[in-house]
Amino acid sequence: MVQKLHRLRETPSQTAGPYVHIGCTPNFTGISAYGGDLGVSMKTGPVKGEEILITGAVHDGTGMALKDAMVEIWQADASGCFAGQPGADPDFTGWGRSPGDMDTGAFRFDTVRPGRVAWPDGRMQAPHITVWIVARGINVGLHTRIYFADEEAANAEDPILSRLEHRDRVPTLLAQRAANGEFRFDIHLQGPHETIFFDI
Amino acid sequence: MTAAKNSNAPGRNGFVNRDRDWHPPALYPPYKTSVKRSPQASLLSFPTSISEETGPVFGHDTINPLDNDLIHNFSADQGAAIGPRIVVHGRVSDEFGRPVPHSLIEIWQANAGGRYRHKKESYLAALDPNFGGCGRVMTDEDGAYEFRTVMPGPYPWPNSMNDWRPAHIHLSLFGHSFAQRLITQMYFEGDPLIWKCPIVGGIPTREGVESLIAPLDMARTIPMDALAYRFDIVLRGRRQTMFENRVEGL
Repeated sequence: MVQKLHRLRETPSQTAGPYVHIGCTPNFTGISAYGGDLGVSMKTGPVKGEEILITGAVHDGTGMALKDAMVEIWQADASGCFAGQPGADPDFTGWGRSPGDMDTGAFRFDTVRPGRVAWPDGRMQAPHITVWIVARGINVGLHTRIYFADEEAANAEDPILSRLEHRDRVPTLLAQRAANGEFRFDIHLQGPHETIFFDI
Repeated sequence: MTAAKNSNAPGRNGFVNRDRDWHPPALYPPYKTSVKRSPQASLLSFPTSISEETGPVFGHDTINPLDNDLIHNFSADQGAAIGPRIVVHGRVSDEFGRPVPHSLIEIWQANAGGRYRHKKESYLAALDPNFGGCGRVMTDEDGAYEFRTVMPGPYPWPNSMNDWRPAHIHLSLFGHSFAQRLITQMYFEGDPLIWKCPIVGGIPTREGVESLIAPLDMARTIPMDALAYRFDIVLRGRRQTMFENRVEGL
């Protein structure tokens, strides 16, 4: 016998199910509560930096867009500070939540282009947004990241992007500027364009 | 001083990685919806960085007084929801047993008849005009939380021809970091449907399933008012390394 390690096991994840919006965005479902849904707006006033719109959808293995997903993002402000850190933009929350469009499932984030933040060893990461996806049929919430296709120099030295073995999958992490000026970022749960998901 | 040899080694305060064999796998065919919604490539493993070690912070002023009272928080005149009245309480800690204070928990559930208030819900059980089905609560300085609700009913759902969900409450937890973000479901002691459910069944071990079953807690019941169930929650833990490559002289 040896001494016991007093560690607790993380509570097992369970799917968010088809009614995640009741709990997380009740007003979106018609339940009037809390004076509004959390995460609808990431800006509480005039923000610093380049304001951008990111749209996309979550697709299943048949290519169909999910209409019961919830997508959350978390990111640094334009100067690379997270909300709450010294020097962070006081009018930027860094956190957004989208229940998706009722009819199309499309999500939309009205945010700012994030600044660069450090990797644990001090190297700078490319500008990115952390993404978390839950839905019916997803047993453990999925993490991925949005990088920006037009940040070629920063992307080339990013500790994660530069180390990916399957280069043909890198574009699944890149938001592309569309003709209307918005950034497009589609998430594919499986299939030939399956997004790279992170065990992070 | 020695520089780290592996530049992708975890930082000294990184999160302990998630034990993927403890959670349900992405693909669990008895839960049919998982078949086309499960990634097939391996997840990409990287240490957490500041992007995941931080997360949104919600103040206690986010919460309204009735937000954690699902019995009364929907009805315009605070009429009571129908069903067995219960208190659910517990403590949120990390894998090292440290409390997770001042963190947001969101909850949602079916009413006592097993019916959700949602336009896509088609179960024939009746809606309760006094029950919305959502609530939220902040953990206190010890990581403790408590909410009041009615016992949710079990309900049938389209999967195989006759699948029933055990009574359950959904919980969404923020912790203090995006790495800790978790959605789970709590079940109730003694419910025979737990062991027949294809969503529960994805959890690989009996021990894992049991960690989602809240026991009746007679000590916390409110006499002549409500039964009580205790549900403790564990979020991912953060390393606290004392000895790291320190600069000489420090």
